[in-house]
Amino acid sequence: MRDFLFEMKEGLFIALRALKSNKIRSLLTMLGIVIGITSVVLMTTAIKGIDVAFQKGISALGSDVLYIDKFAWFGNRDFWKMRNRRNLTMDDYDRFKDLAKLPKASAPVLRARKTIKYGDNNVEGVILVGSTSDYVATTNFTFNTGRFFSQTESKSARDVVVLGSAVAKNLFPRGNALDKKIKIGNKNFKVIGILDEQGSFILGSFNPDNQAFIPIGTIFKYFLNRSRGSITINVRAQNPAMLADTKEEAIGVMRKIRGLKYSQEDDFAVNQQEGLMKNYNNVVGVIQIAGLFITGLALFVGAIGIMNIMFVSVKERTKEIGLRKAIGAKKRTILGQFILESTAICLFGGLIGLLLAIMLSMVINQFLPTSVQYSAVVIAIVISLITGVLAGFAPAYTAAKMDPVTALRYE
Amino acid sequence: MNIIKIEHIAKIYHLGTQEVHALADVSLNIDKNEYVAIMGPSGSGKSTLMNMLGCLDTPTSGIYEFTGKNVSEMSDNELAKIRNQEIGFVFQTFNLLARSDALHNVELPLIYAGISAQERKERAEKALVDVGLADRIHHKPNELSGGQRQRVAIARALVSNPSIVLADEPTGNLDSKTGEEIMTLFNELHEKGNTIILVTHEGYIAEHAVRIIRLRDGLIDSDEIVEKRFSSNTKKVLGN
Repeated sequence: MRDFLFEMKEGLFIALRALKSNKIRSLLTMLGIVIGITSVVLMTTAIKGIDVAFQKGISALGSDVLYIDKFAWFGNRDFWKMRNRRNLTMDDYDRFKDLAKLPKASAPVLRARKTIKYGDNNVEGVILVGSTSDYVATTNFTFNTGRFFSQTESKSARDVVVLGSAVAKNLFPRGNALDKKIKIGNKNFKVIGILDEQGSFILGSFNPDNQAFIPIGTIFKYFLNRSRGSITINVRAQNPAMLADTKEEAIGVMRKIRGLKYSQEDDFAVNQQEGLMKNYNNVVGVIQIAGLFITGLALFVGAIGIMNIMFVSVKERTKEIGLRKAIGAKKRTILGQFILESTAICLFGGLIGLLLAIMLSMVINQFLPTSVQYSAVVIAIVISLITGVLAGFAPAYTAAKMDPVTALRYE
Repeated sequence: MNIIKIEHIAKIYHLGTQEVHALADVSLNIDKNEYVAIMGPSGSGKSTLMNMLGCLDTPTSGIYEFTGKNVSEMSDNELAKIRNQEIGFVFQTFNLLARSDALHNVELPLIYAGISAQERKERAEKALVDVGLADRIHHKPNELSGGQRQRVAIARALVSNPSIVLADEPTGNLDSKTGEEIMTLFNELHEKGNTIILVTHEGYIAEHAVRIIRLRDGLIDSDEIVEKRFSSNTKKVLGN
């Protein structure tokens, strides 16, 4: 063991000496690993960042909410069949609310896309969510200022609006949105509440931050004909554990409302986030594998570069190897020396790459949420060590098994 | 006591389908503190014999005993150990590490012997002083003359206190004046009690030795004691 440590130490000195004597070459070789490790670390960091953002966004929607809809979110093969289903109407909702006992809350939702204006500021394509006063109970919304619309406001279809935080910020950069009159389409609305920041960029226009909420009656009054458009019923379970039972009940109640016979299929869909999650995991899984594969290729190319240079180096130093063997270097000493040399290149390259990746991710963090994981740091170091050993092994083995007589005579 | 005892060794190389008998049948004893020159035209087998003596190669047949140990059956690692501790090589082309200074070049065998950095430095410095390079310790080979480089190589050969010093055409790359200086150094080493084996094809270099072995076609052609230049030490060895 002591001998081994001694050989490691001396081998390392010899390797560093060799690297130092060929600075430019060592640096260029290192560059391959630097790029490889940087891209691998950045890729894992970006994937993790997106993942974290998605989880955060998803949880803002609430993990215990069901969405009864004309369309299933996933498995869109049957799109045409679903398109011909009867719309879900307010009557359906009213009866559902009466019959379903398990939900903590349920609310009808109808969306429209509108431009909102206040003075010179306007936000285009805001998702306008029309619902009842029950809606807020189906969410985890917290309010920056103001409140959600009341049952009276909801029932009598008043012209009031609750703004998502991003919408409010864009319309009122200096704040003080409460009680102001804004224009949705060409109608005047009074701002009665502003939400805290809820979601995450990943949800896009489904992020509550980018939405505005008005009574569903108001939507029908101004923006959509009651006979057109199918509503969604958001159903919140008492708690996540009761989600399955609540779903079971919801299906039963909906079949009853729709008057379906045993033999008939559901003509509605009960969606939940789990599907969203699954779908997301599928997509991200593919991106993850593809991304890591591509960045892994960069690393692989770097490793080939190292192996190549090590072969050149062994060839160039044939005479030196002959001499070292003549004066008593054992096979494994020579093997160790060259493996240490390539490992040192990879390790330095890996550390530089890591540093670069951390700095770059700080820059990227200004636009996209990224987070460098400790695990990524450890993995980067381990990968560069392994790369060094693997890339160095074949050249080192060539060196180790050289015949000293032939090697000494090599010109 | 015999340091080297060789009995009927042969070395056969295969070049394609052809068998080359580099050494046909050689028997030879070399004692402690001998000063031997091995001579012969190219192709006579002297390089092969030297590689054999230096434990860089093993014979195809026959027995080679080095300080009583049978070398012909040793593994690569055991051979490496013998080379490291018992044999000091001096090459025609010096074979110094170009980017290391004289000190590190001389330290090299001690690294492979597993000796601590402090002791290595002391011993290497002493070896360099002994060959007259006290003021060149931190010079790199390209800052040294040919003769000085060969002195570094000799210091490297001596630093591990080997049983024999094996020199292969040590003056081949030097002008005759420098060559003479190097040979004087070898003579001094011999006087101090070292065992020296020279391989050369130049008669006037061989004349420094006490015993000259001539090879021809893989066989010993002649093996004679050169009596004209006895030093006191040699007389003692020969019991004269």
